Amino acid sequence: MKRVYAKEEVCIGCRLCEVYCRTEHSKSKNIIKAHKKEFPRPMARVLVEELRPVSFALQCRHCDEPACVEACITGALTKDESGRVVHDEAKCVGCWTCVLVCPHGAPQRDLERRKIAKCDLCPDRETPACVEMCPNEALVYEER
Amino acid sequence: MSYVIIGNSVAAVGAIEAIRKVDKEIRITVISDEPYSVYSRPLISEYLAGQVKEDMMGYRDPSFYEKNGVTAMLGKRVTAIDPAKKSVKLDNGEEIAYAKLLIATGGTPFVPPMKGLELGRVMTFIKMDDAKHIEEMLPELKHVVVIGAGLIGLKAAESLHHRGVKVTVVELANRVMAAVLDTDAGAIVQGALEKAGVNIITEDTVEEILGDNMGLVNGVKLKSGEALDCDAVIVAIGVIPNAGFAKESGVEVNRGIIVDDHMRTNLPDIYAAGDVTEGPDYLNGGKRVMPIWPNAYIQGKIAGFNMAGVDREFEGGLAVNSIELFGVPVVTAGLSNTESDDLEVLSSVEGDTYRKIVLRGSMVVGAVMVGNIDRAGLITGLIRDRIDVSNMRDRLLANDFGYIDFPVELRKERLGVS
Repeated sequence: MKRVYAKEEVCIGCRLCEVYCRTEHSKSKNIIKAHKKEFPRPMARVLVEELRPVSFALQCRHCDEPACVEACITGALTKDESGRVVHDEAKCVGCWTCVLVCPHGAPQRDLERRKIAKCDLCPDRETPACVEMCPNEALVYEER
Repeated sequence: MSYVIIGNSVAAVGAIEAIRKVDKEIRITVISDEPYSVYSRPLISEYLAGQVKEDMMGYRDPSFYEKNGVTAMLGKRVTAIDPAKKSVKLDNGEEIAYAKLLIATGGTPFVPPMKGLELGRVMTFIKMDDAKHIEEMLPELKHVVVIGAGLIGLKAAESLHHRGVKVTVVELANRVMAAVLDTDAGAIVQGALEKAGVNIITEDTVEEILGDNMGLVNGVKLKSGEALDCDAVIVAIGVIPNAGFAKESGVEVNRGIIVDDHMRTNLPDIYAAGDVTEGPDYLNGGKRVMPIWPNAYIQGKIAGFNMAGVDREFEGGLAVNSIELFGVPVVTAGLSNTESDDLEVLSSVEGDTYRKIVLRGSMVVGAVMVGNIDRAGLITGLIRDRIDVSNMRDRLLANDFGYIDFPVELRKERLGVS
């Protein structure tokens, strides 16, 4: 399956991936409204790690046998037929078991909604927003 | 030809999903003494707290059985296995033949002998019906005594507290969650419970449950001599493998059903998975009972693959616990509270935030985080993959520990970055 991969050599740590991820996962899908008018504020499902001079973006790896799916106590996390690890927010109770077992530290706690937030590979788009909007092409969406 | 699974919780689901990855045809029959389609047992505390309704308790969609070609025989109890005839016997006399059998009957509450157990409103708290039973009597509950400050006892206490019931937890050890937390972490969690108004009594235990002339609980007498008035008692000391009928049928049982690294029991074509087992332990070798949800799924999955003819080895159970009590998140992994000469402990306490890493040589073998648990899985991954952390030791206690702290080659390998 296609996944998002980071090229840390060209990432400049601008965090626009986080900005566009929040926007894509907002109600309005408008960059200003998403950041200034929506409460609770949408969470970015991509995380930039940075220790100058190195930086890179990290999101759910959509593992072949995901530890999070196996550990999820409610069944909110599943792996769908396309291979995506999908999160059903309605079923999530914020038990944080996935936070504890994901070896990549990918699921983020959304403390306002008391649920986790994770990458869904932007189901409404051909290419995930983080990849498309990265100004330095430091993210690629491809099959490896 | 049919695969028969006794039990209908997470280990059964793990097995069904694995079997169906490799075999779409074989008949699968699930037998459970509970009348419900598969639900999330850990959610009974959220149900009792009034935060999750019954229709949201499903661990899989109601269509799960049909989609996976599973015949679910619910509300039926297996009373015996006949390994020679390869069949199981139900409480209604019916016999079901199996080609391969999976025992996934889970655990049952451990209730030590004490006076007054026969009284009305002495309860346990592990199943849907337990939660419903307690919910029904909520209007009559003013004060409940919970025996045991483990995960189940504390979640029960929190749920009742949310419903306006006064709760006292009585614990034999000198702190809460003593099985997985050390004194520092235990003190933070206990502080959060007490601040919320839950009464905690440690280093004491209930000696006798007292009743009124109607046969209902009206108090407890503690070992220390103290007496408490209460309307109900929840016994939450622990769970033990539900393996009695299996043992009588010739399956080897120590504390739990003994399984090998393929989830096989001592009898041909009989497998076991989940809380009922005593299986391989990842960190210390040997076998142990590890009644933990994720472990049950993984054991079920391994059993399912092997039943279906795909050779898959179980790496061993790794204890992971995540619990949040009154807004304080607590996670533990591996040897979180083991004292031994070969273990080295790194820890830091800052107010109500606690972080502890346990090392054995150059590998992480245990962790505890309280308060800030973000990205805890990175540490669990280090444990699970036996990664040499010599190069990142100094960063393990940092709350912002990340892949950035990994040696570059290892990071690229783990992220699949070329």
